[in-house]
This record gives sequence, structure tokens and C-alpha cells, in this order.
Amino acid sequence: MTSTTTPEPTTPEAAATPAPPAPRGLVPLPTGAGLGLVLLGGVGTIASAFMSWTWTAKFPGDLTVYGYPAGLQILAIVAGALALLLGAARLGLLRLPNAERIANPSAVFYAAASAFALCWFAAIAIAVDLGGLANLDPGAYIAAASSALALIGALAVPAGPGGIRPYLSATDPGRISVPDNPWVRRLVITLGTALALVAFTYGIGIDSDDSETFIGFVLLVAFGALTLNRSGLLARYTAISSRHTGFAVALAFLAAVVFPFTQSDDHNANLGVNILTFGTVALGLNIVVGLTGLLDLGYVAFLGVGSYTAALVSGSEYSRFTGTEFPFWAAALTGMAVTLVFGVLIGAPTLRLRGDYLAIVTLGFGEIFRIAVNNMDGSSGPNITNGPNGISRIPDLEIFGFNLGDSHDVAGHTLGRFANYFFLMLIVTAIVVLVFTRAADSRIGRSWIAVREDETAATAMGINGFRVKLVAFALGASLAGLAGTVGAHVSYSVNPAPYQFAGAAPPNSAFLLAAVVLGGMGTVSGPLLGASLLYLIPEKLGFLQNYELFAFGIALVLLMRFRPEGVIANRRRQLEFHEIDQLDVPERGLSDSTLGVTKAGA
Amino acid sequence: MTTPALQARDVTMRFGGLTAVRSVDLTVNTGEIVGLIGPNGAGKTTFFNCLTGLYVPTEGTVSYHDKVLPPKPHLVTKAGIARTFQNIRLFANMTVLENVLVGRHTRTKEGLWSALLRGPGFRKAEKASEERAMELLDFIGLAHKRDHLARNLPYGEQRKLEIARALASEPGLLLLDEPTAGMNPQETRATEELVFAIRDKGIAVLVIEHDMRFIFNLCDRVAVLVQGEKLIEGTSEVVQADERVVAAYLGEPFEGAPGDAEAAEVEAAEADAAAAGAAAPVTDAAPADAAETGTAPSTDGDKSAGTTKGEAQ
Repeated sequence: MTSTTTPEPTTPEAAATPAPPAPRGLVPLPTGAGLGLVLLGGVGTIASAFMSWTWTAKFPGDLTVYGYPAGLQILAIVAGALALLLGAARLGLLRLPNAERIANPSAVFYAAASAFALCWFAAIAIAVDLGGLANLDPGAYIAAASSALALIGALAVPAGPGGIRPYLSATDPGRISVPDNPWVRRLVITLGTALALVAFTYGIGIDSDDSETFIGFVLLVAFGALTLNRSGLLARYTAISSRHTGFAVALAFLAAVVFPFTQSDDHNANLGVNILTFGTVALGLNIVVGLTGLLDLGYVAFLGVGSYTAALVSGSEYSRFTGTEFPFWAAALTGMAVTLVFGVLIGAPTLRLRGDYLAIVTLGFGEIFRIAVNNMDGSSGPNITNGPNGISRIPDLEIFGFNLGDSHDVAGHTLGRFANYFFLMLIVTAIVVLVFTRAADSRIGRSWIAVREDETAATAMGINGFRVKLVAFALGASLAGLAGTVGAHVSYSVNPAPYQFAGAAPPNSAFLLAAVVLGGMGTVSGPLLGASLLYLIPEKLGFLQNYELFAFGIALVLLMRFRPEGVIANRRRQLEFHEIDQLDVPERGLSDSTLGVTKAGA
Repeated sequence: MTTPALQARDVTMRFGGLTAVRSVDLTVNTGEIVGLIGPNGAGKTTFFNCLTGLYVPTEGTVSYHDKVLPPKPHLVTKAGIARTFQNIRLFANMTVLENVLVGRHTRTKEGLWSALLRGPGFRKAEKASEERAMELLDFIGLAHKRDHLARNLPYGEQRKLEIARALASEPGLLLLDEPTAGMNPQETRATEELVFAIRDKGIAVLVIEHDMRFIFNLCDRVAVLVQGEKLIEGTSEVVQADERVVAAYLGEPFEGAPGDAEAAEVEAAEADAAAAGAAAPVTDAAPADAAETGTAPSTDGDKSAGTTKGEAQ
């Protein structure tokens, strides 16, 4: 670091004013050499993926074959390519516009770190799983070595003073210019959505026994997202899609429609429909928690009310009302209406409480629901819900003469029972998204946020606090009820067990709340993403078993420490937790603001 | 012109054994600016909260245009009385424009259904609301900051925004609770202009303030509240001349007429103040300041001394 040896003066003039030493990174290597190492490491990582990493197929994913990458090796290729791309962009080999900004030292560092984390995780996992370093094949050593080289090389890129700090938390890379062409922007959105779909289908397709592969996938997604974030591409993408909201939403919907066609196994469609149900209910909770600021710890009870209502009118032979079989639309409306009534009944006495008191009371009501349903079995109470046995053998739905229980072929692809329900649930999700966005951006939505911000001031502005809170509570409840009516049919049966406050598997009130907070309060995509993560991670990491809640707790603590606004931040909440001067108003309102300045002078 | 807008009759507020406000009568006529002054803890804000429905008065009634107001804040706002708060209570994480739009709540009707269905009526109402809000932001000079978060505004602009938010509910009477607290002399003068402009729109104003220069410049009438009771009400001249007010601000007992001793003491304090002001204007003694507060501010023309009176209490 103390390289006071300035370049030899070639001319007397240069000797008079010694050139300052070239800035160095954390690793004292010339920048060019560092980037060379990054390229070499990236190529090495990719090459290693085509070699055998271990001798036995006992390690999940079968990494034994030369010339045919599988499992973690495919992920290594992606990570290696990421490092290679950013390294090349930094060197100026790609001749891309904005290359200097995108490939800033921090982005290069995270790209290299993604390869490093993945390869070293794989090597350590092989050694630990199979019992010793002897189980590593040359491919694994090459992968570990080349990814380490890439990381060292990335640290040689000068990032400014402060040791490792500037690599971890980058300064704003600045605005990345994109051709001002709506079709280019739409293309970018399409590519982004396609990338998300590929990542999601890959993640959901990982076999439940291949926990190692799934952890590698999560590592790659996390580091990849950090790389994109540091390069400023993520911010730019958000800005672009906010200019074509309709297009972006339509594409996301389309991607969700495509999803069942990418799955050959109906089990994954089952995961998909469960994630959708979970996400939809979380979105309903987001109205209550995210917009109105009411901490509801018993929200899962409304999902239960919806499910039980649908089960009771489904015509199941275990239902109290055997023989009454409502068509789906009537069952959905009944489910919503009953949950609405429950929402008002629970909300009316409790919503006069504020803050912590409300949380405790809703927690109590949530438990009351579960225990009451457990006891309404004919012996300890009236026979309505069939007690702990629940209502099983709920018949499949039939909509317009189409039975959702049957498989059918579309475009040469067999869509099974769960794929059918996936489409139905997707419609419900779309309805809930529409309700959420429209309600949030209106007079009632503003009054919800005002009540959240300062209830006393809100009432002084003429808002009937109790009433708007009750509307939010009842709306959230009936949306959960709607999701529940479909959920009952998906899972064939309903019973009281899942509708508890906290449990190892979603949905329960704690997980629903975590999905909202973790994903991002007040946003649409946040709870959906949070629900996906919270559903997939326990599902795919079977080995955690008893430690699931422990790991969940640690993950929550870490997230709240480092990103309190959630993975997908509402602009408003982002500003709340990080001191930034003002909302950035992307590419709009320029004329307004100049107008405002002139008027303000008056 | 002078029809009574707000009439508070015999308003009493007790918290357990403590009587914070004791049978106070107050009338604010249309188009009038009325000041409410008094030492700290005199019950001014409690009285305000009784007027706006945040507190239900133990006794007495508050009526607006001859209709008794229900003790619910949102209904009081709906009836046409808007207020600001002593400690600023903006919706910190909403934008400037959104804050004003929330103020429009009582003058718009769109409920959940129209928000979900988004008919032409909804769009029209939203557009009209936004236009009205932008007019108000123009009026207070914050139109260029419409998309800033309220929490990021400087202090003075936050005070202004709170006034704009209150005005958005199209009130007939505006209650301002210490609108110039913590402001510098320039900002105070700008606020004075703003209050006059609001009055010129035909809105009556009732204002609590500690800055006497501000109050006496602004108000048509001033009421003095001391220990929960109304001591005197009248024009600026009458109130300034009243020696009980002086005594109250000095912390003297105010039962009955002030004795010679007290009067002499006040004069001594004034003399002190003049002497201190002449000798070392920087180290103004607090009691001297207070003495000047109660008496005529014309005793010395030192403007900077006048602005520190609020803190001197």
C-alpha cells in the first residue's frame, strides 16, 4: 500500500512534478492485472462446471459427469458468467454504453463474490456431506481456486479509501442512460420478466431432497440481486417498469400463466398454487398492516373462515350441510360475505384500541377461532365444523361444466389438477392485486395511510378514524376469505390445525406477517415475493426440520438489521429508513416543478 | 359582517381534580382574527382541544354558526373548523401534495366502491381535488415541492404545509396553535402576512401565540387566559394596558386589583429592562423581557428583544 516508488521520470519535466501513484484497491495489484484475474476466474469457474466435482452420485444433483454440468454446476456457470461479464465490461472489452458505471468496483466485487460463495459452498458441502476432502474431484478444486482468484482480482480494483467498506456499500453508480424508445423499454421489461420466470421455475423445480442445490440457488439469487443492485441496473429497471406499469403487470401475469406449462410435474404446480394462496392472503394483510398500520396477529383466522365456509357449502359428505353444493361463484361470494361479517364483528370492538393493544386482542381472536372450530364437533359444542377431523373429501370445483379435477392437454402439454387450480387462484390473485392498487391510490387509501402516520391529526383532518380502519379490516378479511374459498378445494379438506398463530409451515399468522414485512410493506410485489421465499425455503430445505423456526427467526433478525424496509421497498418506506433528501420522481413532473419554482417566487 | 361564527359558552374542562379550563366564554365573529394568550399551562391548548372535539368539555357548549358542535374531531372539521397543532403533526411519510389531499377528505365523498370501480365520477373528483390542493400549495408557496416527503421539509415550510392542509378542508374558522413557535423574525413576519391573506379569504382565525408583537399586530381582539380562567378580552390596546395581564405574566398573584407594591415592582422591572437593554443588549435578563411583554411593546423598539419573549416565560 505504501508504494512511494513513483514511475521513473522519463523527462526532466516529469521529474519536477511526480505523477501521483495510481490508485490501488484492497489487494495491491495493478487494476489491469486484477481484472485479468477476474476474467481468468470467471472462465475457470465456467470450465470447472464441465468437469466432475465429486466421485459419487450420492451428493445431490450428480456432479460426477465430465462435459455435462448439473445442479450446482449450472449455477456455477451463471455465477462465472456474471463475473466474466462485469470484469470484461470494467476492462472496456464489451464496448457497451455506461460500462464504466455499471461495472463499478462494488458490482464487480459482488459478481466475483457470487462465484466465490457458490463454489466454496459447493466444495465445503461435498466435503462435509461425504466426509472429507478426499471426496473432492479436480473440478471442485479448480472451481474453488478460480472463484477465489476472481474475488482477489475484484478486490484489486480501486474503490476508494476505507478498506473493504467501499466494496460492500457502493456509492450511487449514477444514472444509466437507455435509448429513449418505448419499444426498447418494453423489451427490457420483457427480458427482466423472462429472467425472473426462469429463476423462479428453476428454483421451484429443484428436488426437495437437493437441499444443497437449493441453498446454492438462494446464494446465487442473493448475490446476483446485489450485483444488479450495485450496478444500478435494478434501479434503472424499476424506473423503466414504472413508466410502463400496465405492460409490466400484464407481462408478469403472462409469466404466471406460462408457469404451469414449464412444469412436467403436477407437484410443482401444487407448490405454485400454495404459494399463490399464501401470497394473496399476505397481500390482503398488507392492506391492514402495510397501508393502515394495524398490527393484526390473528389474520389467518379469516383465511380459515373462508375455507370453512367454502367447505361447508361444497357438498362434501362430511359437511354439516351435506347436499348443499353451491356453484363456485356463489361459494366465493358466500365465503367473502361470511369473512366480511367476521371481520366487522372482530374489528368493531377491537379497532378502538391502538398499537400494541390491538395486536394482543387480534392474537386472541385468532386463537379463539381455531379453538372454537376445534370444539364445534357435536360433543363439546354444536356440530358445525366436525371438530379436529375437519371437513374432508371436498369435491373438485366445476366451472362452466369444466371439472378442475381432470387433467387435460393444452398445446401438447398435460395440465393436471393443481395446474387448473393454479389458474383459478391466479385470477383471484389478480383481483386482489387490482383491489389493492386501486384502493391504495384513492381517497380511502390516503386516509388509511394518514391514520397510520398520525391518527390524531387524521381525525382532525375530518377522517373518521374508526370507520376507515374498519373498512380496511373488513376488506382485508374478505380478500383472505376469497383466497380461502379456493384454498379449501385445492387441499381437498379443511381442519383447524393450520390456522394457528405460529407454526413451522405457512400459512399461519406469523408467517403471513413476516411475508408482508420481509417482502416490503405497502407494495404489491413485496408480499408476493416474501410469500414465495417463505414457502419455498422451508419446503426445499427439508434437513432443517426442527430448526426451521430458529432459522426463520435468525433470517428475520438479519433482514430487519440490514434492510428494514423489506426486500422490495416502497419508495415511501425506503425514505423512512434511509435519510435521502426527497422522492426521486423519475422522468416526470419536470414541467410541473419548473412551473412551481416560478410560482413560488410570487 | 360581524355575525358570530364560533361561540364557546361556559366551557369547563376538568381532569380528575384539576380544572384546566374554568367556564370560559369566547366568541369569534366571521372575518375576525382573535388571539388567545396566556402563560404556559394556562389551558390554552386544552381550550383548543375542547373546541375541536379532541376533548369533551366537562361543562358548557361550543357552537358554530348557532349549531352545537358534536364532540368528535372529524365532525367538527366537517362542520367547518380546521386546526393546526402546537407540535407539528404532519403525515411525515406522505408527500406534500398527499398531505393536502388528506385535508380534502371531508369535502370529497368517493368511498371504497368508487375507488375500486374507477368510474368517470371518481376520476373527475380526484382531478378536482388535486387542482384545489395545488392552488393551496401555490398560495403558501410550496407548489414546487409537491412530491417531497413532508418530513424532509424545513421547519418553517412544515408549519406552512400544516396550514395548507387545514385550509384544504375549506373551513370557515381556522384555529392556529402557536404558528410561529421556533421561527425567526422573517418567518414570523411571513406568517403574519399569510394569516392576513387567510382572513382576506373570509376565514375567521383564532390563534394561540406567545409572540406578543405578532399577536398585537395581527389580532382584532385578544383574550387572555390565566390558570384556566379568562382574565380579560378586548382590543390589543385594552389588553396591553391591563395591569393584571402584566402581573400574570410576571407570575404575581392576580387576585383582586394589583397593589402599589406590585405596580412599583413592574415599573422597576421595566426600568431594569431599559437599563439592561442600553448597557448590554446581548445579555437580556429574562424577567426584564417578561416585564416588557406585558406592558406596551413601544417602551423600547428593540425588535430582537421582542422575539425572545416566548422563551422568556
